[in-house]
Amino acid sequence: MSQGEHRNPVESFLRMDRMPHIWCPGCGIGIVVNCFVRALLKSKIDVDSVSVVSGIGCTGRIAGYFKVDSFHTTHGRPIPFATGLKTARPDMNIVVLSGEGDLIAIGGNHFIHAARRNVDIKVICVNNFTYAMTGGQVGPTAPLHSIATTAPYGSHERPFNLPFLAESSGATYVARWTTYHVRQLTKAMVDVLNKPGFCFVEAIAPCPTIYQRRNRMGDGLEMMRFYREHSRIANGADTRSLDIEMGGEIVVGKFIDRDRPTYLEAMDEELSKRLGNRYVPYPTGVKR
Amino acid sequence: METRTGMEASIAIAEAVCLCDADIVAAYPITPQTHIVEHLSELVADGKLHANFVPVESEHSAMSVCCGTSAVGARTYTATASQGLALMHEILFIAPALRLPIVMSVANRSLSGPISIWNDHSDVMAERDIGWVQIFAENAQQALDLTIWAFRLAEDRRVSLPVMVNFDGFILSHTIEPVLMPDKETVQAYLPPFEPLLRLDVDAPVSMGPVGIPDIYTETHHVQQVLLTDAYGPIVETLDAFGKHFGREYKPVETYRADDAEVLLLTMGALGETAMEAVDLRRERGQKVGLLRLRLWRPFPFEDLYRAVGRRPVLGVMDRAISYGGPYGPVASEIKAAFYHREQRPRVVEFVAGLGGRDVPISDFDTMFDALFDTLETGRVPEPRLVGLRE
Repeated sequence: MSQGEHRNPVESFLRMDRMPHIWCPGCGIGIVVNCFVRALLKSKIDVDSVSVVSGIGCTGRIAGYFKVDSFHTTHGRPIPFATGLKTARPDMNIVVLSGEGDLIAIGGNHFIHAARRNVDIKVICVNNFTYAMTGGQVGPTAPLHSIATTAPYGSHERPFNLPFLAESSGATYVARWTTYHVRQLTKAMVDVLNKPGFCFVEAIAPCPTIYQRRNRMGDGLEMMRFYREHSRIANGADTRSLDIEMGGEIVVGKFIDRDRPTYLEAMDEELSKRLGNRYVPYPTGVKR
Repeated sequence: METRTGMEASIAIAEAVCLCDADIVAAYPITPQTHIVEHLSELVADGKLHANFVPVESEHSAMSVCCGTSAVGARTYTATASQGLALMHEILFIAPALRLPIVMSVANRSLSGPISIWNDHSDVMAERDIGWVQIFAENAQQALDLTIWAFRLAEDRRVSLPVMVNFDGFILSHTIEPVLMPDKETVQAYLPPFEPLLRLDVDAPVSMGPVGIPDIYTETHHVQQVLLTDAYGPIVETLDAFGKHFGREYKPVETYRADDAEVLLLTMGALGETAMEAVDLRRERGQKVGLLRLRLWRPFPFEDLYRAVGRRPVLGVMDRAISYGGPYGPVASEIKAAFYHREQRPRVVEFVAGLGGRDVPISDFDTMFDALFDTLETGRVPEPRLVGLRE
């Protein structure tokens, strides 16, 4: 690169030798990556303290593109891998960036249990409503009646409402934004980077090639227009009211921001109470 | 009546499952298997296959659902590959132990790490000892035929065991080939309705899957070993019946230009077809090479292997997986073990090729044949070698 040429500030966080990336034109995952980098910059967090963990799928590829310590795990397992990283290195900021098929279907059990025990990891879930990497099968958030390769006349299964699932499982922070809401999405990521406990951000993202094409929802730009016209910001909304229907309103916002002891803090507290001086507290300090 | 048509091996398999009137398909998406279950879900949705398609949340669930549906007497099918097969691992042992005749296609793919979606046999080799009948297809027609056969064999009341049909990911799963598609009447005449040997039935209650205390565990495993070994007879019988019925012959071990061969190479799966080309080219040069294609992997066809190898002094074995830190090629090690007590046994030369989608061109087979002729001349057996390894 010649001197004086402008570089995108995002580039220094990415493995540019891996470019071009594999994501399709109009895909929302790149926007999420962009927001996350900007959140890292804004939060002034020590980047060397950040580790990105992702699973399998389109979003799973994020771990390979981030120029931080990253872990591209097996399908569905980024949360337990991240729990391992966090438990062995409580000083690190562990961020899971993965898709809804990975985190909520095959990895769903890990999701609810990590939230239940309040493991201090940040989970950013790109929700594009389908298993895009394998060609568009029906997934755990696919809206009722949406078309998928394994639901050729529309899904008849009830989808998960992710903020409700996260809240009821015990997450300390729950937000949902679309990739149209780049500032709010970035802000949510800054929030969670500074907040202890199991924090969850749902990033609703376009998938023009797989999900939208099959459901005749237009291209990436049209989906951004849809998000602009059909999203309603309702911070603090009851998460039970956040179901997503085909072509329906998408309620976005910050829904939950609460405090409770993290997994390691709870362990320290309980064992200190029981064992007194005999207990050596677990090092839990985080570089935030 | 059969129709000559062109289709992906994956679609051909799905059509075969439809012709077999499967009652339940439970599957999770994984490359390169996905086209099978996608096509099956279309066939179900279009009412062409009167079945329930269960889009489960993982392969662990897929195999668990399959055990449930098979236990109540439903003709059950699933398909997977690689990490998906590995995730099923725990449940894979349950199906044969409970005599559940599930049929599964495995679009063979390498295991992580590093993450690889491409073809080799590391997935199936890791599941060698699960107690399933395991067979390999070399092309789309075989994948189709063996799927139909798999239901017949699995549900044979002398067997009543699950059957895994292996076919190479991408090389077959995503390749369009000409196939002869039988019609439903012909398939129905070959495949009788499913009459389960054991089933959960409210009128005659049984418990499936309870604890086997040390008093009984050994005997249950003895039974499983005997059952799978004894499945050999019904396997040959049903394959012969398939040949008579459909006009396409299958044997536990098949040969190609092996009768007068001086050296033999053994392959499994789709690369057998490339190997046949390589054999033809050598034959044109007057070199007597021949091929063994190991079709049946479990139960292991010892006698067929002995017959096919005969008195030939050199046998090359091409593995598509590595047994790390062990005897290198998993297939080669079994072949060697099979011959250990035989007076007449070949020198076995081990090769591993085509890992994680690495292409195995004719020139690689030439390398292998050269090594076999070298052993024939010198009597020396080289160390196992990774063919196509970049130095």
